[in-house]
Amino acid sequence: MSNISFNKFYRKFNILSLILIVISLVFLIFKGLNYGVDFKGGTLIELRTTDKTNNISLIRDSFNQMNLGDVSVKKFGNETDFIVKFEKQNSNDPEFIKNIQNKLSSSIGDVDFRRVENVGPKVSSELLKSGIIAISLSLAAMLLYIWIRFEWQFSLGAILAIFHDVIITLGIFSIFSLEINLSIVAAVLTIVGYSMNDTVVIFDRVRENLRKYSDIKIFDLTNISINETLSRTIITSVTTLLALFSIYLFGGEILKGFSLAMILGVIFGTYSSIYIANPILVALNVSQRTIVKEEKD
Amino acid sequence: MLYFSKLRIISVIIFTIIFSYFAFSNFVKFDDKFFSKNINLGLDLQGGSYLLLEIDNRPVITQKLQAKIIELKRYFKEKQITLKNFSLKGDTILFETTDNEIENVRNILNDKESDVNTYYPTYKSHEFDVLDDGNLFSLNYSRYGLVLLKNSSLDQAIEIVRRRVDEVGTNEPNILKRGNDRILVELPGLDDPNRIKSLLGKTANLTFQFISQNNEESFGTEKLSFEDGSRDAIVSKRIILSGDNLVDAKPTMNSQTNETVVSFSLDRVGAKKFGKATSTGVGKQLAIVLDGKIISAPSVREPIIGGSGQISGDFTFQSATDLALLLRSGALPAPLNIIEERTVGPDLGQDSIDAGILSLFIGFLLVILFMIYKYRAFGLIANLALVSNLFLLIGILTLFEATLTLPGIAGIILTVGMAVDANVLIFERIKEETKNEKNPIIAFDAGYTKSRTTILDANITTLIAAFILFFMGSGPVKGFSVTLGVGILTTLFSVYFIARLLTSLYVVKNKDKEQLL
Repeated sequence: MSNISFNKFYRKFNILSLILIVISLVFLIFKGLNYGVDFKGGTLIELRTTDKTNNISLIRDSFNQMNLGDVSVKKFGNETDFIVKFEKQNSNDPEFIKNIQNKLSSSIGDVDFRRVENVGPKVSSELLKSGIIAISLSLAAMLLYIWIRFEWQFSLGAILAIFHDVIITLGIFSIFSLEINLSIVAAVLTIVGYSMNDTVVIFDRVRENLRKYSDIKIFDLTNISINETLSRTIITSVTTLLALFSIYLFGGEILKGFSLAMILGVIFGTYSSIYIANPILVALNVSQRTIVKEEKD
Repeated sequence: MLYFSKLRIISVIIFTIIFSYFAFSNFVKFDDKFFSKNINLGLDLQGGSYLLLEIDNRPVITQKLQAKIIELKRYFKEKQITLKNFSLKGDTILFETTDNEIENVRNILNDKESDVNTYYPTYKSHEFDVLDDGNLFSLNYSRYGLVLLKNSSLDQAIEIVRRRVDEVGTNEPNILKRGNDRILVELPGLDDPNRIKSLLGKTANLTFQFISQNNEESFGTEKLSFEDGSRDAIVSKRIILSGDNLVDAKPTMNSQTNETVVSFSLDRVGAKKFGKATSTGVGKQLAIVLDGKIISAPSVREPIIGGSGQISGDFTFQSATDLALLLRSGALPAPLNIIEERTVGPDLGQDSIDAGILSLFIGFLLVILFMIYKYRAFGLIANLALVSNLFLLIGILTLFEATLTLPGIAGIILTVGMAVDANVLIFERIKEETKNEKNPIIAFDAGYTKSRTTILDANITTLIAAFILFFMGSGPVKGFSVTLGVGILTTLFSVYFIARLLTSLYVVKNKDKEQLL
């Protein structure tokens, strides 16, 4: 078993986390998130050109001539593949996409529309609402579960750890203007589950040790518990990250954002189980009496 | 914990084999339907279109309110109650009555047996909410009146949408109600949704109206433009015949003019009406109006009494086919707007499948190698559990015909990564127990027992996330929640039955060795 003094760095890492959270919040509030068509509405077209000489500016120019509002063009994996996004979506004109394809073919040669997503303003605001509800609901459900299973001090620690992970992951998405779409919501929910999972494993051990040793202070007790579960923490993070990196590298462009969010979430989730959840127990001065009292009730 | 009865061993093996079989049934073909089940691929993997349509009910509501005014007038006239100054302001019907009739009118409208304002006992509500201010009455659709109206127009629309989609002949379309004003249309394997989109985008309200002799718009006429936008014409508002009377329509070739036309036949009532109108209107131009646009306006040369006719216009064979299809399937009660569309081409779908399988394979391999490196023999056991876990997961998804999406494949890969967690928790616990306990069987037993609550806690949290995602998510994301959720269940099975069985066999056989784990 390892014997690393994690507890010596509680304060330092707490300050670091606090700084990261503040930076993330500043970005989230002032810069905001880069919503994709799912949440902002508009049209997304993934296209493949037959002519290799086509480049981003050529494609952008052709789209700009069509009066579609703000157009963004990005390379998507292959040389010949591009993602085009623009504000306009037209639900009253069923020929909308067809017309774009015709105009485009005449200006840059044959194009294949591999994927088209067209989301109206009503649907996008509903999707955003249900995404926010889903994330809040899962946080509430986790809180409820851990509140039933543990004492309130533990619940607070676990929930703060989850908030930490979600805020920082979203903060990174805001800083680098990475796109937020439906699959990112799925990723965030999975991060919530994973972070909780990781915290619960350490907390279970803390509680077990609280019963076992009445004379060890919580400051050292958390350190013992972290060390005892450390190799599990590492192995599980490694295997999960191996799976996620494999999705990120080989799973195709569509899953890139999803797997990136998950990778960040797993890294921060693992870190926060050690450096957020445990210091909270220390700060709340949890002792044997905390759990014994609860068990008598 | 390490003891397994024979019966238990056999049932674990049988269970595993049965479900694993369905994982393989994706790749083999049998004649029997049950034994050759395939996993359903989502639209993002097999390619296809997802369309969410919303009914624009405003015209229906206005139409119904106008009809209601006529009904009210007639009803109260029969009762010899004077109502006057009828008007429609927004969605409100307004009318006045004389002072001594106020009470009477109010009672009739609020009567539970009322003939003009239907009462729905199940909703405890009338069709219309009635307000009166002095002798001024106002009628508004009540909440339930509106719901019922929307439901009935949705039911009609969904029927028409189904007919149109079926006529185009795509394989296994999925047409579902969403709420009370939306229709979800899923068209798997369709590589060009444009035709269906333009078919669904048309209300297909066909009317025959005479072109007026006057050149100015006046009472009883309206100005309509030709479909090609070239010119306008003043058309009489009187509808001679509408699409409702059509029984069939098909594209044909007019042998005289050599152009493509749509020929139609009418039902008995329609044929009578059409015959009468055309015999009085010889020499006049008859406008054929579709959704407020004139397709063509041929002159009536002789009365048409046979109950069939032709619509000419600048048709290609394709556009004539589409018009015939629209006329056969009938008019939508209200216009439909496409408020969400997601289309994936079949080759992108195939690319996604390939990429998904490649990353699953690589992720799986990396995890397996890592576990063998970490735990040697026990790594092998964990890996066997992992392999059977994967088979079970795919088998169950196949058996229950779940839909596999691209995020769903990501969910499977993630399950592979997280599934070892439970075994790792157990193995690490066993390692700790071995320090104080020399008897490996007791140490292994304790390892399993003491890690159980932690494993349950840890998996329940992920299961909660999967559940919420299942109920809140849509389309591809839902597919992710299904694989993630089912993955947790198969993981627990593979850990507590398969891995534990193998562990116990191994431990019992090697109990005299030093340092098993």
